[in-house]
Amino acid sequence: MSDGPPPRFISPHAEGEFYWTAGADGRLHLQRCGDCRRWIHPPGPVCPYCHSRALAPEAVAGTGTVATFTINRKEWIPGFEPPYAFALVELDEDPTIRLGTNIVGCDVDAVRIGMRVEVEFEENGEFFVPLFHPIENG
Amino acid sequence: MNEPIERQAVISGAAQSEIGRRLYRTGLDLTIEASLRAIEDAGLTVDDIDGISTYPGSGGPFGGISGAELHDALRFSLNWRDGALETSGQLGAVHKAVLAVAAGLARHVLVFRTVVEGSGGAVRAGGGGGGMGGGMPPAFQYLIPYGVTSAANWIACYAQRHMHDYGTTREQLGAIAINARTNAASNPQAIYTDPMTMDDYLGIRMISDPFGLYDCDVPCDGSTVVIVSHRDYAPDAPNGAVHVNAMGTALRGRPSWDQFDDLTTMAMRDSAASMWERTELTAADVDTAQLYDGFSWLAMAWIEALGFCGKGEGGPFVEGGSRIAPDGELPLNTWGGQLSGGRLHGFGFLHEGVMQLRGTANVQVADCEVAAVGAGGGPESGCLLLTKEIR
Repeated sequence: MSDGPPPRFISPHAEGEFYWTAGADGRLHLQRCGDCRRWIHPPGPVCPYCHSRALAPEAVAGTGTVATFTINRKEWIPGFEPPYAFALVELDEDPTIRLGTNIVGCDVDAVRIGMRVEVEFEENGEFFVPLFHPIENG
Repeated sequence: MNEPIERQAVISGAAQSEIGRRLYRTGLDLTIEASLRAIEDAGLTVDDIDGISTYPGSGGPFGGISGAELHDALRFSLNWRDGALETSGQLGAVHKAVLAVAAGLARHVLVFRTVVEGSGGAVRAGGGGGGMGGGMPPAFQYLIPYGVTSAANWIACYAQRHMHDYGTTREQLGAIAINARTNAASNPQAIYTDPMTMDDYLGIRMISDPFGLYDCDVPCDGSTVVIVSHRDYAPDAPNGAVHVNAMGTALRGRPSWDQFDDLTTMAMRDSAASMWERTELTAADVDTAQLYDGFSWLAMAWIEALGFCGKGEGGPFVEGGSRIAPDGELPLNTWGGQLSGGRLHGFGFLHEGVMQLRGTANVQVADCEVAAVGAGGGPESGCLLLTKEIR
């Protein structure tokens, strides 16, 4: 991607705003149920498993594995310059949760399923956008 | 098994409007054209139609042509009307029409899907109906920021994982695209009819790996209409009535493009399973399959979901194209599919299924008595099993 962050059209829903702002402290946060302790994504108003409302963002390690990916080679959005890698990353804390993200810090053609990755944040206006890069020797 | 309620319904008429890349006609205009043709095809008049069903209805970021506008444009007098996005895929409009007829709410329901994406395509994000219109649902708020606004991107991720887990190749996906193109050559309404070789397929520019341009369907303008009637009307349908044997409506996984539990299939897994739960027919009875190919891999996923081969065996099944050719064991997308026939959003497959069972298709499958029609990708999915005689 070229100079400056690309336009990302972030428009958080009520429960999801923290996902795009909590990275200010350099850590990835996900919603977690205070009662059954399961992770929830995308965030919602009620735990889908135990129906508790005791939900709060909680920091995770920010590491995971590329479950699948695509290299986008067509320009859909002016200023969001191809090629770029979009991946679904399975989170170490709960691999049933997948985070959509861009893989950065490596050639797009080096992205592989099974690749170990960790989070970094792109400051983009008022938001801190979770991106993932390969873990060295991961 | 008690007789499933959908056996009360038949498709007594089917027709399409003019179909093209840039017709510069309004969606309502095209819908009226297809409607009048379908009503005549069914041997009915405007006054006989007492129901309208459409996908996705008007309103919302993905809204389509309004059923109410059609209602008024032809001055229908209705006993029932429906149009909604949140249903069992594009064919959900048919499912609901069948239920309305079986329940006695209506006797002849006009069902339509109209697209004007060829002319209006400049504002669309691409195949699959993706877009960045207002009121973005929460599920898309975790995709759009990463530059993936198109279903091409989202579905490419599933195709990639299918390739990784099962060894599926681009040449195998290409067999689906080439089969579609070959069949489209006999369809006077098809968008792309020039012959395509594997070299053409592999050489075209990439869109979103593993999809190149020829893995993506082609936007077009056009309207497809079917008339769903009570089966009592079948003997009076001048062009023959096609029977609804079973409907597949299940949505058992998360309704999500990225959180579905299995990255090598999609919601068609559940539509297909629920359809087979409602019939004694099996995949072995199917004479032709008309399966959604908004992207090439979706047709492969439908082939697997419906059990024409095992899970993960879709690649070898379609390889070389002979099994899915018109004279093969599973003639597939004989009208050219959305890949070459045009992105009629599920209803092109439905129309072709009806033509095949009537015996009037452009590329006619011999002795065609059972047709499987599946539409949708991602969390949008639904299917139908249609038969020539009541089974």
